[in-house]
Amino acid sequence: MTCTEFLAQLDDMLDQDAAIPLRADLQEHLMECEHCEITLNTTRKTIEIYRSHEIYELPDDLRERLHQAIVSKCRKC
Amino acid sequence: MSSSIQSQGAAEVHPDVLLVERARQGDIAAFEKLVKQYDRQVFRISQHIVQNREDAEDVVQDAFLKAYEKLDQFQGNSKFYTWLVRIAVNESLMRLRKRRTGRMVSIDEDVETEEGSMPRDLADWSPDPEALYGQSEMADILRKTIQGLPPGFRTVFALRDVDGLSTEETAEALGLSIPAVKSRLLRARLQLRERLSRYFKNRDEKPAAAKLSQEGAK
Repeated sequence: MTCTEFLAQLDDMLDQDAAIPLRADLQEHLMECEHCEITLNTTRKTIEIYRSHEIYELPDDLRERLHQAIVSKCRKC
Repeated sequence: MSSSIQSQGAAEVHPDVLLVERARQGDIAAFEKLVKQYDRQVFRISQHIVQNREDAEDVVQDAFLKAYEKLDQFQGNSKFYTWLVRIAVNESLMRLRKRRTGRMVSIDEDVETEEGSMPRDLADWSPDPEALYGQSEMADILRKTIQGLPPGFRTVFALRDVDGLSTEETAEALGLSIPAVKSRLLRARLQLRERLSRYFKNRDEKPAAAKLSQEGAK
């Protein structure tokens, strides 16, 4: 398996539960290709980091203001 | 329940469908419940697209108001949330266009870039990259990094990976085909990975490429 063929399967590997063993041919490629191993692990980490950090929080006071504005506009509809 | 809304199976009616039905009959408190349930997600998605807080606030208001006005068009054959996200994405793209002085912005913009199709920076990351930075510094890095992606890429990533929509739901919310979502998602993920490597790479370790060539020379 070439790196290009491996990368074509990357999405499926990332979307699959990390606890489930990878397909044998993908596993075999990973054993001999450090590039692809790093790419898989760091891309998985990229997703985890974005998922676990709330970078666009909605503060309570702003939330309250938005609710009031939305409801008051809805009443006028 | 009104026959205008199709329930997904007789035994299972999503609670949102009941709230939508009540809101349609003029129960604003029912609609407010939907707002409280989804406002944070809508705000987050809009921020990811417009990259501007004031615009994101406007998008939240406009998207919910538009959803309220169009409740009759919600058929119930998709989730209310997916339907709402579609409205919010369209509103966000309109805002982005206004900010760019009328230049057209679409979900297809800049997706032809080759960047990210193949990984270039192959240095491994520090074992615990999150320990390298404080909470607020990390948030700055993540915002700055995703900001550099074309809107079409960061939108797909925000819906699929941050918000947790399925590939099918993301495709429906964006009006894209499933292969188009998959291709954009892969490239968004690889571009973000590449850009984050600047901050997270393991400084003590030689790049994998160098190590491999050294091994090959043995």
